[in-house]
Amino acid sequence: MIELEGLTKRFGSKVAVDHLSFQVRPGIVTGFLGPNGAGKSTTMRMMLDLDNPTSGTVRIDGKHYRDLQEPLKYIGALLDAKAMHGGRSAYNNLLCLAQSNRIPSSRVDEVLDMVGLSAVAKKKSKGFSLGMGQRLGIASALLGDPEILMFDEPVNGLDPEGIHWIRNLMKALASEGRTIFVSSHLMSEMALTADHLIVIGQGKLLADTSMADFIHENSRSYTRLRSPQYERLRDVLHQEGFTAVETAGGVLEIDGATTEELGELAARHQVVLHELSSQRASLEEAFMQMTAGSVEYHAHSERDPAAEPPAVGAGWGENWNKPGSNNTEGK
Amino acid sequence: MTSPATPQDRRQEPEAGLLSFYASPIPIRPATLGDAIASEWTKLRSVRATVWTLGVMVALMLTVGVCTALLLAANDTDLVGEPALVLGFFGVLLGSLCVITLGVLTIGSEYSTGMIRTTLTACPSRVRVLAAKAIVFFSLTFVITTVTATVVAVLQTLILSGAATPSGGEWALSTVGVGFYIAGLGLLSLGIGAIVRHSAGAITIMIGVVLLPLVLALFMFADDLRSVQRFLIEYSIPNQLSALYGTTMTNSGPSGWEPLLVMLGLVTVALGGAVALLNRRDV
Ligand SMILES: Nc1ncnc2c1ncn2[C@@H]1O[C@H](COP(=O)(O)OP(=O)(O)OP(=O)(O)O)[C@@H](O)[C@H]1O
Ligand SMILES: [Mg+2]
Repeated sequence: MIELEGLTKRFGSKVAVDHLSFQVRPGIVTGFLGPNGAGKSTTMRMMLDLDNPTSGTVRIDGKHYRDLQEPLKYIGALLDAKAMHGGRSAYNNLLCLAQSNRIPSSRVDEVLDMVGLSAVAKKKSKGFSLGMGQRLGIASALLGDPEILMFDEPVNGLDPEGIHWIRNLMKALASEGRTIFVSSHLMSEMALTADHLIVIGQGKLLADTSMADFIHENSRSYTRLRSPQYERLRDVLHQEGFTAVETAGGVLEIDGATTEELGELAARHQVVLHELSSQRASLEEAFMQMTAGSVEYHAHSERDPAAEPPAVGAGWGENWNKPGSNNTEGK
Repeated sequence: MTSPATPQDRRQEPEAGLLSFYASPIPIRPATLGDAIASEWTKLRSVRATVWTLGVMVALMLTVGVCTALLLAANDTDLVGEPALVLGFFGVLLGSLCVITLGVLTIGSEYSTGMIRTTLTACPSRVRVLAAKAIVFFSLTFVITTVTATVVAVLQTLILSGAATPSGGEWALSTVGVGFYIAGLGLLSLGIGAIVRHSAGAITIMIGVVLLPLVLALFMFADDLRSVQRFLIEYSIPNQLSALYGTTMTNSGPSGWEPLLVMLGLVTVALGGAVALLNRRDV
């Protein structure tokens, strides 16, 4: 269990983390989301007592991090995969950590085996690929067999097999009753792994809800219709009082109607349908919708001059109800 | 899991209301400075920099020490009543640059690689981390410098058998005393490394600390700067080091074991400052 209370961090005049209060509960995977620069990594560094909060506190099982006797046995963290000495072998990098927390050296072999690095245990870690470095970082987090695990963008640089492995690992660790706190920008991945979500934007808490509620509250569901009698279908819908959004390729999107209603409607008016499907928004869409107002670093697309730095309610989230954004992945 | 856990070893019950469901079978006992020392020893012995810097230092001390002795013996030079031990000075002065480098790298490489974050996550007590590093580094450099200095001194005395016979005190100063002084200089470098967090910067500062006082003194011709010049020369690190060999550039200034006290003071200030900064700063 991790508890944050009014956690605030200022870098000069910049408020990186702004009065964050939330709890990370055991037994589930809690996803930590936010656009670039939202303050996720800063928050995690403060949890580990690496950065001093400007104000507010973090408690790990009721204690301050500095008061933990052998912290690796309480909390394992992967902040930055390259936070190892490249001139040292993978084994020795882990061994010196183990020794400082009285973890038996046999455990080093165990975790190296767990992350699949046994074969390169004696190799210098600077020669490691991005994914191998990530695995070494994960091994260091697992070293003390801790009850709390914290990962900052763990799937960065992992191959599909590695991503799959991480997903299952986190689920397995959570099912053992551990507290898992993980940040990621891969929404489809997060949708598959996390049970609970903490979303921040510009350092402020935007949401602290379950995954299902988050998607439900922050995105729309609609029904997709395609018909060779496009004009007729549109008129029929209009007559019956449905608002249809026309999108590319002769597709109509209808909010607030069930597939049953629309199917029966089409049958009554003898309109041929080529597609009738219910679309549920993905976590990605929900996330972009929610954080649209707090995105700090925008990419500027040359092909789309409309995507200028927007006010609240726009940003990359504006794609959300634009043509062609009917993303059906996720739950 | 490997370690057999007894129930008493299990973690303390968390405070009421904060139940954690997962209990690791790896027992928790408070880690001590000893564990941190074991960890730092692993770090020091598992990087190439240690072997390189200390290897170069030993090589420099041996070759420079033996070569000067052989040269003097070949030319039948008179050491004007000084024991042969004084010849060790040049090798040690050069070797001190290696110790400075290693001292800075001991902490500087943690910052350059980002390892410091991992280190402090594993051991949040900044004092303990720094103390462990200092103890391990000091012990290693002290032993190596003392042993090498002793070997060189013995060889020089054998080669120049005609020179004055050194007293017991002179032997002690030019072996153990030099060992302490050089290891102390290394600790000072470690402290500076922790303060500036940048290896190249800290090494440059330390080389400046060693050389600058003498260089500055060279340019102080004015009469009213005489006393400053004298102070700079007497308290320059090369002069204090040569004081351990019983020879100095001036006739006043630190002598005997006094240079060690001066170094102790410098080390205390540097490490104290480093601990204060580490406690306050973000990593
Ligand atoms: N040491 C620092 N000094 C000054 N500003 C900093 C420092 N660390 C972070 N910041 C600022 O704080 C803000 C939050 O940064 P942080 O790295 O926590 O974001 P993040 O949510 O992890 O972003 P990303 O998704 O890109 O990893 C950023 O605007 C960053 O510029
Ligand atoms: Mg980050």
